[in-house]
Amino acid sequence: MSLTFLLLAVAALCALSFYFGRQRAVALSGGRYSNLHSLPAHYGTYTAMWCGIPALLLLLVWYMFQGSIIEAMIVSDLPAEITGDSGRLSLALNSISLIAAGNGEHLSVDPEVVEAGQRLANLQTIANAALVVVMLSTAMIGLALSYRKIAKEMRARNNVERIARYAMIACSGIAILSTVGIVFSLLFEALHFFSKINPIEFLFGLEWSPQTAIRADQVASEGAFGAIPLFVGTLLITLIAMFVAVPVGLFSAIYMGEYASSKFRAFAKPALEILAGVPTVVYGFFAALTVAPFLRDNGAVLGLDVSSESALAAGLVMGVMIIPFVSSLSDDVMSQVPKSLRDGSYGLGATKSETIRHVILPAALPGVVGAVLLAVSRAIGETMIVVMAAGLAANMTVNPLQAVTTVTVQIVTLLVGDQEFDSAKTLSAFALGLVLFLVTLGLNVFALKVVQKYREKYD
Amino acid sequence: MAVVTQSAMTAEPSVTSPKMTARDLNLFYSDNQALFDVNLDIVERQVTALIGPSGCGKSTFLRCMNRMNDTIDGVTINGKVTLDDRDIYDKAIDVVQLRARIGMVFQKPNPFPKSIYDNVAYGPRIHGLVNSRDELDEIVMTSLERAGLLKEVKDRLPEPATGLSGGQQQRLCIARAVAVSPEVILMDEPCSALDPIATAKVEELIDELRSNYTIVIVTHSMQQAARVSQRTAFFHLGKLVEVGETDQIFTNPKDERTKGYITGRFG
Ligand SMILES: Nc1ncnc2c1ncn2[C@@H]1O[C@H](COP(=O)(O)OP(=O)(O)OP(=O)(O)O)[C@@H](O)[C@H]1O
Ligand SMILES: [Mg+2]
Repeated sequence: MSLTFLLLAVAALCALSFYFGRQRAVALSGGRYSNLHSLPAHYGTYTAMWCGIPALLLLLVWYMFQGSIIEAMIVSDLPAEITGDSGRLSLALNSISLIAAGNGEHLSVDPEVVEAGQRLANLQTIANAALVVVMLSTAMIGLALSYRKIAKEMRARNNVERIARYAMIACSGIAILSTVGIVFSLLFEALHFFSKINPIEFLFGLEWSPQTAIRADQVASEGAFGAIPLFVGTLLITLIAMFVAVPVGLFSAIYMGEYASSKFRAFAKPALEILAGVPTVVYGFFAALTVAPFLRDNGAVLGLDVSSESALAAGLVMGVMIIPFVSSLSDDVMSQVPKSLRDGSYGLGATKSETIRHVILPAALPGVVGAVLLAVSRAIGETMIVVMAAGLAANMTVNPLQAVTTVTVQIVTLLVGDQEFDSAKTLSAFALGLVLFLVTLGLNVFALKVVQKYREKYD
Repeated sequence: MAVVTQSAMTAEPSVTSPKMTARDLNLFYSDNQALFDVNLDIVERQVTALIGPSGCGKSTFLRCMNRMNDTIDGVTINGKVTLDDRDIYDKAIDVVQLRARIGMVFQKPNPFPKSIYDNVAYGPRIHGLVNSRDELDEIVMTSLERAGLLKEVKDRLPEPATGLSGGQQQRLCIARAVAVSPEVILMDEPCSALDPIATAKVEELIDELRSNYTIVIVTHSMQQAARVSQRTAFFHLGKLVEVGETDQIFTNPKDERTKGYITGRFG
């Protein structure tokens, strides 16, 4: 029986136990549900949970240990001359699993190994069968036990809610643990990198060319890992993007929130949100294929030397991408300014724009600042547009007409293609990632603090 | 006691030279009519109280008088409201200037999240009433003085207004309205968020302001209406039922509904 069928069977059992549990509760109530502590559906859910959850947990544990236990059994049967040598052992284990999977015909190996392969196949069949039996009986036992526990006074509702709470804790636990895991792996690889390259050189060096020799016989050109050009490039593009996004986003938010008729608003707000839904890769080729050539050609007309991959093109398009982000966040904070303040201002004879300038914007300013900071961290972390439009050359320049490169672009190029995993070149990607992570994290935390502080004022 | 059965709509002979008038005023929120043929005169330098059960259109009527209803979507108004014999809904009227002449104080104190000083200076600044810092200081001080708040706040003018107590905030809002030297001040339940002591202060203040301003106040408190107003208008279901001298309304109401409301039989 395959895993899918097993899961389906358990699901069917759960449905059945829901039905039984409910029926039993209904029977106990004698027709009046108020005799019961909880609603009949709670009793049904209670039995279904006891049927399904232990079985699924068992499945999880089973799969965690099945592999290693079976392997240990196989290894213990292999002759000492194989197990004594770790290289031979792993080779043998490889062949064994191939044979077990039925792909081992062309292998020329020891008879012991062939035998072990067959044994492995047998063991796996047995294990799978055992799993089916154990799992289904666990489900049945859970069903039976919880069914018997159903009584009028039993607090099924409270039990169900407690279990639901544990399930939610488990889910948020998964989210938190995976974040922590990612951060730690980033941290360890970055530390690995810093054991090869001096962090001072990395953080303050002015030259970035990570091309270390990959093979020993290549003429080893020393790589240079000074990340300042990347930081400068990132900053330059972010700045250009913010120059586009902040005014446009803010003013469109003001227009939408304060001036637009509700009809126009009903049409324009979703339209802006569509802008937020465009995949970044689409913005990317828009930047590379439309905006960059346009800038280059027009620059040529004006006598400017615009490179075909320019910070300006990437920054402009990134700015457009961030507009809905800025506008919808600032719209939110501005609409939170209480109506009574507006009325107070209008009642004194202020015009709309005076009210916006003197009352709404000052009151919403912290929130708007928060929105802008979040947008900045979005811009810094953005990858696709810059990969496609900003270029790869790690120029140390603040001229927006030239090609620059950003932290994210370099991470992509460092990791694309065949890599030797512990070379400084590959590891530098982790160091860059760590810096990026810390910067955006800092910005986000700061921005959220600012937004929160503002919220408290009106609650 | 003679029971007078006179049509409510025409109960009151027009006063001579009213400061403001409403004539055949109808107001609709989208399709719901909230005011029906309201005719009311507001006498200069008097306090007019608007009373009536909840939802009868007092606030709606008050907002008509400085066109605050313009800021609400879907409101249609017909009829006429005048200030010094000029129709305030006339196209030639600038709402901004109109609202500078007819100030408003709201139910909930709503100081701007600025300093006490800036709150009072807000109106004079946007209307360009002052040319120098000294003049502005002068206006702020006299307004606070008039609102009876100066003593309490004169040492903390740069502090945020949101730090004041509710009663102080409401008097600050009155000072803020007074600072633009309006001719009429509209107040919508100005004391409903205040305790009895703060209420007494505001009532005292209203009584003093009467010598310089024309005041219209919405209130749910009969006692307050009796204490502060010279004229009282009773609204019911969007209609003006009866208006007259406050003494007469409270001692000798002509309409059964007014009588019922005042004696607490409904409302
Ligand atoms: N913005 C609005 N949109 C739609 N209907 C409204 C609006 N404001 C008020 N109304 C309706 O108009 C009628 C009169 O409301 P209004 O606020 O003038 O009553 P009120 O006399 O001030 O009551 P209260 O004493 O409770 O403040 C009510 O039926 C109300 O539901
Ligand atoms: Mg009201």
